[in-house]
Amino acid sequence: MACFLVPTAEAVVTTIATKVIEKKEKNNTEVSVSADEISLESTGKIPFSKKLKWLNNMLWGGSALLAFEHVWHGEVVPYFPFLTAAEDPASAAEMLHEMATAGVMMAVLVTAVWGCMVATAGFLEKRTSDDKAAKEERS
Amino acid sequence: MTLLTAVTAAVICTIIWYRSEQRTEMKLGILCLMFWSASLMWLVDAFFEYAELGADYFAPAASDMLNDLYLGLSVVALGLIIWLIILLIKDPKGVVRAALFKKDR
Repeated sequence: MACFLVPTAEAVVTTIATKVIEKKEKNNTEVSVSADEISLESTGKIPFSKKLKWLNNMLWGGSALLAFEHVWHGEVVPYFPFLTAAEDPASAAEMLHEMATAGVMMAVLVTAVWGCMVATAGFLEKRTSDDKAAKEERS
Repeated sequence: MTLLTAVTAAVICTIIWYRSEQRTEMKLGILCLMFWSASLMWLVDAFFEYAELGADYFAPAASDMLNDLYLGLSVVALGLIIWLIILLIKDPKGVVRAALFKKDR
């Protein structure tokens, strides 16, 4: 009905958070380069803002495709109130229930998968820096 | 069927991302993340539908399957269009800029 609105709301929050963190990271680096340019090779670490961008892409992309599905099924319309379920109180209650269950589950699952991606990236970062250190020790 | 279509698109995109040397320039990561995320969201939808319908969930009517396949393919097309728009706007290779601002000799 409108389950895609929950991940969309999360996407808005994470996008703002990304902008703020990116600004802070920029201020912290002495050389004025964008967070995107701070590569794994130059610092040994992926900036957190870049990791947050993965989550943004997941949330915005998934929500956009899911929103299209709702348009397809006639649940989202291009005129007020935009959601057909919002036209009467009984449907609105059902819609809110779906948002609270399926919508929240979607947001949680996507965030959990992103968490796994970040953990894996952290593990790979550590392994790369360990390999680098071992190489330096040998030479 | 929509879930299956999205997962198939996600798998194909991930394989292309893994094999391509221009994955960063072509912004293939965005396409992968978009399809995987949509797949995860439809997976949740599928769980809730299964909880409601039980075993009937796995025996959809032929017309429903066809409609869902049509929807799934449309979703893939929309995902590709979104990716293409992002690629053309960000223009990492400068192709669009070069074409637009090319001086006539």
